[in-house]
Amino acid sequence: MKNAVIGNNRQKANLIVLGAVPRLLYLLQQSSSSLELRTECAVVLGSLSMGTENNIKSLVDCHIIPALLQGLLCSDLIFIEACLRCLRTIFISPVTPVQLLYTDPTVIPHLMSLLSRSQHTQEYITQIFAHCCKTPEHQTVLFNHGAIQNIAPLLISPSYKVRMQALKCFSVLAYENAQVSMTLVNVLVDGEQLSQVFVRMMQRDKPIEMQLTAAKCLTYMCRAGAIRTDDNCIVLKTLPCLVRMCSKERLLEERVEGAETLAYLMEPDIELQRIASVTDHLVSMLADYFKYPSSVSAITDIKRLDHDLKHAHELRQAAFKLYASLGSNDEDIRKKITETENMMDRIVSGLSESSIKVRLAAVRCLHSLSRSVQQLRTSFHDHAVWKPLMKLLQNAPDEVLVMASSTLCNLLLEFSPSKEPILESGVIELLCSLTQSDSPALRVNGIWALMNMAFQADQKVKVEIVQALGTEQLFRLLSDPDTNVLMKTLGLLRNLLSTRPHIDQIMSSHGKQIMQAVTLILEGEHSIEVKEQTLCILANIADGNTAKELIMTNDDMLQKIKYYMGHSNVKLQLAATFCISNLIWNEEDGSQERQDKLREMGFVDILHKLTQASDPNLCDRAKTAMQQYLA
Amino acid sequence: MEKSYWVFIERTRVILTFMLAYKYASLQCSIAIFDVKNTYKTSEELILAIHLLQQDLQPLLAGLTFKELFTLLTLGAGSLLTGDPAFNYQEHELNERLKRLYPAVNEEETPLPRSWSPKDKYSYIGLSQNNLRVHYKGHGKNHKDAASVRATHPIPAACGIYYFEVKIVSKGRDGYMGIGLSAQGDNMNRLPGWDKHSYGYHGDDGHSFCSSGTGQPYGPTFTTGDVIGCCVNLINNTCFYTKNGHSLGNKLSALSFCPCLSFQPNLYPTVGLQTPGEIVDANFGQQPFVFDIEDYMSEWRAKIHSMIARFPIGERLGDWQAVLQNMVSSYLVHHGYCATAMTFARATETMIQEDQTSIKNRQRIQKLVLAGRVGEAIDATQQLYPGLLEHDPNLLFMLKCRQFVEMVNGTDSEVRCFSARSPKSQDSYPGSPNLSPRHGATNAHLHNTGADSPTCSNGVTPTNKNKSHNKYTGVSSASASSSPSSSPSSVNYSESNSTDSTKSQPHSATSNQETSDSEMEIEAEHYSNGVTESSTRIMNGTYKHQEILQADDNSVDDSCSSRQLCGGNQAATERMIQFGRELQALSEQLCRQYGKNATHKKMLQDAFSLLAYSDPWNCPVGQQLDPMQREAICSALNSAILESQNLPKQPPLMLALGQATECVQLMAKVRSGSCSFARVDNFLH
Repeated sequence: MKNAVIGNNRQKANLIVLGAVPRLLYLLQQSSSSLELRTECAVVLGSLSMGTENNIKSLVDCHIIPALLQGLLCSDLIFIEACLRCLRTIFISPVTPVQLLYTDPTVIPHLMSLLSRSQHTQEYITQIFAHCCKTPEHQTVLFNHGAIQNIAPLLISPSYKVRMQALKCFSVLAYENAQVSMTLVNVLVDGEQLSQVFVRMMQRDKPIEMQLTAAKCLTYMCRAGAIRTDDNCIVLKTLPCLVRMCSKERLLEERVEGAETLAYLMEPDIELQRIASVTDHLVSMLADYFKYPSSVSAITDIKRLDHDLKHAHELRQAAFKLYASLGSNDEDIRKKITETENMMDRIVSGLSESSIKVRLAAVRCLHSLSRSVQQLRTSFHDHAVWKPLMKLLQNAPDEVLVMASSTLCNLLLEFSPSKEPILESGVIELLCSLTQSDSPALRVNGIWALMNMAFQADQKVKVEIVQALGTEQLFRLLSDPDTNVLMKTLGLLRNLLSTRPHIDQIMSSHGKQIMQAVTLILEGEHSIEVKEQTLCILANIADGNTAKELIMTNDDMLQKIKYYMGHSNVKLQLAATFCISNLIWNEEDGSQERQDKLREMGFVDILHKLTQASDPNLCDRAKTAMQQYLA
Repeated sequence: MEKSYWVFIERTRVILTFMLAYKYASLQCSIAIFDVKNTYKTSEELILAIHLLQQDLQPLLAGLTFKELFTLLTLGAGSLLTGDPAFNYQEHELNERLKRLYPAVNEEETPLPRSWSPKDKYSYIGLSQNNLRVHYKGHGKNHKDAASVRATHPIPAACGIYYFEVKIVSKGRDGYMGIGLSAQGDNMNRLPGWDKHSYGYHGDDGHSFCSSGTGQPYGPTFTTGDVIGCCVNLINNTCFYTKNGHSLGNKLSALSFCPCLSFQPNLYPTVGLQTPGEIVDANFGQQPFVFDIEDYMSEWRAKIHSMIARFPIGERLGDWQAVLQNMVSSYLVHHGYCATAMTFARATETMIQEDQTSIKNRQRIQKLVLAGRVGEAIDATQQLYPGLLEHDPNLLFMLKCRQFVEMVNGTDSEVRCFSARSPKSQDSYPGSPNLSPRHGATNAHLHNTGADSPTCSNGVTPTNKNKSHNKYTGVSSASASSSPSSSPSSVNYSESNSTDSTKSQPHSATSNQETSDSEMEIEAEHYSNGVTESSTRIMNGTYKHQEILQADDNSVDDSCSSRQLCGGNQAATERMIQFGRELQALSEQLCRQYGKNATHKKMLQDAFSLLAYSDPWNCPVGQQLDPMQREAICSALNSAILESQNLPKQPPLMLALGQATECVQLMAKVRSGSCSFARVDNFLH
C-alpha cells in the first residue's frame, strides 16, 4: 500500500473510498500488533494525508486525530515520529478544525515533553503549534504549558527547519499577546537575549522566510508593549527589514506579508511612520503593488498571469493598509501619498472592488488621508471620492461601514467642499439609520457625522436633521450606554442650538423635551465632560430670545445652575457662569427682570465670590457678568 | 641591520618596564615617554614591538591583551605620531575596520580613502581634525561660491561595495551641503553632482544630482545633527544614500552610473559646501557606521556565492566529475600520498599515471627532507634519479645549504651519527617535529615551483615522455577551461611539457645564467598568472607571524631541554665545519661555472651566520632552523623529480587555484566589483 499511494492522489482517494482508513487505524491502535506494523500503518496514513483536502476530511472524519495522539504515548521514537508526521500534515491543512488539538487537556503537555526526543519531533510539534495557535485562548494554553521555555532553545538548533518552525511558533504566540511578549523579552537563549537572536535572524544573508518571520516576532513584541518603538532593534533593524520585504525583488506573498506587518508595526507611532516614509522610497515602491497582473505577463505566460491574478487582490489591500498606516498622522506623508501616481484613482476604484478585503483596506486608506484638511479641500474634492463612498455605505458589512462612515464624518466637516454634494445625495437618512445600529461604533459615527453636518449649517439642514432623526431617537441616544455616543449627541444638540433664530425655533418646537433631557443628564451619574457639554447647551438656550424663558421659568434648573457654579470643577463652573451671564445680558428685552430674579436667588453673591477665583478665565467671566448688573 | 634591530628591541624592553612600573606603582614616567617618542617612528614599528614584547616579557605581561598593551604604549608615548593620544588607537581601529570591510583590497596598489585631501580641494574649504573635518570659509553669496573637497584616494573597485558617512556638525547659514562622489579633475568650485561623473545628495532640498545642474526629488532634506551616508555598489554600479542609518534607496533611473564600465573613471568620496558656517565631519571607518553596511554587504556576498554555486554546467556534468576526480587524484599523487591515491583511484575507477614505486620513492625522499635528514635525502635522490642533481646545480646547492642548517640543528644524519642519544634510524627527533607538508594556496610550494622553474629546461629526457605528456595535456586544458580567463600560464605550462628537453637543451646555459642572476625575475616571467608573486608576499607575512609563534615554542622548549649546536657533540661540530668548507667550495665552483649568484650568496651567508650566535635558535637568523622551512626545499625537490619524469611539477589542482586567484585579481583591475565577494579563500576551508 505504501508504495502504491506515494505521489498518486487518485490511488489515495481509491484506498480511502475502499475503507482502508478504519482498518489501518484499527491496526495502529492494536497494542498487540508489532511495532513495525503499527509504524508502517502510521506511515501509510501519513502518505494518505499528503493528498487532497478531501482526503484529509475523510481521515479526520474517521477520528484519525485521537488515534494518532494516543499513539504518541508509545515509547518507540520511530513510531512517534511517524504519528507526528501524519498529525503535522493533517493539522496544517486548512480543513482540519484546530480545536481538535485542545480537546484533550493532556495532549499539549505530552507534546511539550516530546520536544526533547529528536529533531524530527521538534520540527513536527513546533509546526503543529505554529498552525494551531489561532486564538488568545490557544496562546494561553500553550503559554501555560511552558511553550516559551521549551521552544526557545530550538531557535539555535542545528536544523534549519526546526529553527524556522520555532520562530513561527513565537510569531503566533506573541501576536497581540502582552503576557507572552513580556515573557519573551526576558528569555535568554544561550546567554543571549531573544530579541538579539531575532535580530540576527533578520540579517540580510539569511533566508527571506526567516528574516520576515523574525521581523514579525519583533513587531508583535513591540506592539504588545514589550519593546519600545524607539528601540534600535525596531528602528534600525525590524523596520528596514520589513521595508526590504516590500521591494520588487521579493515574491508576491512576501511582499504582501511584509507590507501588512509593517503597517501593523508603525500604526501607532508617528516617528516610525516618518522613518518608513523615507526609507528606500517606500511610498513609490508601494505603487508597484497595483501593477498586477501586469500587461506583459498576460501575453507571455499563462501560468504567471494566473499567479499574478491570485495575488493581485492581496497585493492591493496590503498596499492600501500600509498607505493608511503611513498617512495616519503626518501631513507631509499624506501629501506624498496623494501625489503618488494615480493614487486617488486607485483608491476610488478600490472602493468599489469585488473583494471585501480590498474595499475595507481602500476605505481605511481614504480615512487616514481624510484627516488632512488640505487633502479634503483638494484631491478629495477633485476625485469626488464621496460618490463611491456613499455607494459603499448603502450596502456593506459592518467593518467596512465603520470605516466608511468615519471617513464620511471627515468629509462632512464644515470646510470640506464635498459637504454640499453629499448633503444633496440624501445622506441624512442614511446617517440617521446608522444611529439605530447595534454597533456602538456605527452609532457614534452616525451621530458624529450629523454633528459635523449641523455645525454652522443652514436652518433648513438643521430642521431636516431634527425631522429625520426624530426627537424620540434623539432622546434614546441621550441615554445611550456608550459615552461617546452621548457626547456626540450633545454635540449635535449644541450645534443645532446655535445662532439665536435657530435656538428659538428649535426650542419652540422641542423645548420641553430638550429641557427634560438636560435635567435628566445633569441629575444623572455622568462624567465631567458630559455635564460640561450639557451646561454649554443650556448656555446656548439661554442665548435665545424666547428660549431664555424656558430656563427662567424653571426654578429647579436655576438651582442646578447655581449648584454647578459652586462646583469644584472649574470647567463646570465656567459653563454654568456662562449660562447665567447669557441670562442677565443687558440690551435684551426683560433683562432687568431676569437680573432681579437671579439676584433674589443669590446668584450675585456667587458671582461676587467667583470674581476672586484663582482661575483667570472664570474670574473674567464672573466679572463680565457682574458688569451687567452695574450697567 | 641586526644591530639596529636589537637596539630597537632593547629600548622597547626598557621602556615597557618603565611603563609597567608606572602602571602598577603610579611612578612618574616622563623618561619613558621621552624614550618612546624617540624609538618608534611609525605605528607599524610600534605594533611589531608589542608583538615582540609579548613574547619577550611574558611573565611581566601575563594577562595583558594586545589592545591593553597598545593603549598603554600609545598613552605613555603621548604625541607619538600626531600629538593626539587617542588618534593612534583610532588609526588602529580604522585599519582593522577597513580590513574587515574590504578584505579584497590590496592597499599597496589601491589605497583606501582615509581622510580628505588637503591638495584636492577648493580654496574656500578648510580642513581640520586630521583632515576629517571640513568647514566653509568663503563668502557664500551664490552658487559660484560653492566649494568641494575630495578624499585622498579613489574608491578601489575591489571593495565591491564602498561606504562612508558624513555628520553634519552645523548647517551654517543656508545648509547648502552636498555629499557624494566625483572624479578626479572635476571642478572643485562646484557641489558634487553638478558636473560630469559626479553624483551628490543635497541637504537643502533633499534632491539627488547626477552629473546635472538640476536635481531630482530623492529623499528628505538634512540638517545639523544628521548623519548622511553614501554607498557605492560597484557590482551593479549603483549608489544610494542613507540618513541616520536608514537607507533612502536607489531610484535606478536617477542614480545608475554609466553602464559602460571602461568609461567609468575612478570616483572619490566628495563633500561640497556653499554657505558660511557649514561644518561636516567625515567617517571613513574611523568610527562604527550608523548604517549597518556589513549587513548590506552580507546580502551581496550571499547573492554572489549563490550565483557561483548555481552556475549552470548543463550537459557536461559527467565531464566535470572526471576532471574533478583527476584533479584530486593527481594532487594526492603529487604529494606522494600513495595509499590514499590508490584508494581514491579504486573508488572512482580512474587511472594513476605514475608508477606506484615511483610515488613511494618520492614520498620517502620527502619524508627525509621534512625530518631534517637532508644528507640522506640527497643520497637517495642520487641513487634513485641519477643525474638529476648533477643537472640542476641550483637545487643541489639549496639542498646542501639546508643540510648545513640541519647540521647546526643537530638533525642531519651526518652529525646525528656522532650523537649517542639518537641512532640514525630513529624517526622522530626531539626539538624538530616531523611535520607533514602544508599544501595551501599561500604555501611555499607555489613560490618554489617558481623558483626552480629554470630546471624544466634542464630536465633529463625520460623514456616515457610522450605517453605521460599526452595524458596530462587533457588535464591541463580542462583546468584551463574551468576558469573563465585561460591565462597564459596554462599554455605556457603545456608548452614546456611538449618542448621539453630537446628544444631547451641548447638554451640551458643561458637560461641558467638568467636564474643565477635573479630568481624573482624568472618567477615573474614564467608565472604571469601571478600565483607566485602574490603568494610570496602573503607567505612573508605569515612567516613573520610564525616566527613569533615558533620563537614562543622555543622559549618553552628551552626550559626543559637545552639545545646545543650539532647536538652538543664535538666531533659533529668538526664535521659540520668541514661540511661548511665543502659548501663554500661548491659555491665558488658554481660561481666560476655560471657566474655570480646573489641568491646563493645570501643563502650561504644566512646559513653561516647561525654560527655567530651562542644560541642560534634565538637569533635574528634563527628562523632558518624552523622545521617549517624544510617544506620549501622539500617541494622544490619533489617538483624537480616529477619534472625529470616528465610529469607536471605542479599539481593541476594548485594550478587551477592559482588561476582562480589571479582571475579574481584581474577582475579588480578591470573594475568588476563582484570580485570582492568571490574570493577564493572563501571557498577554501
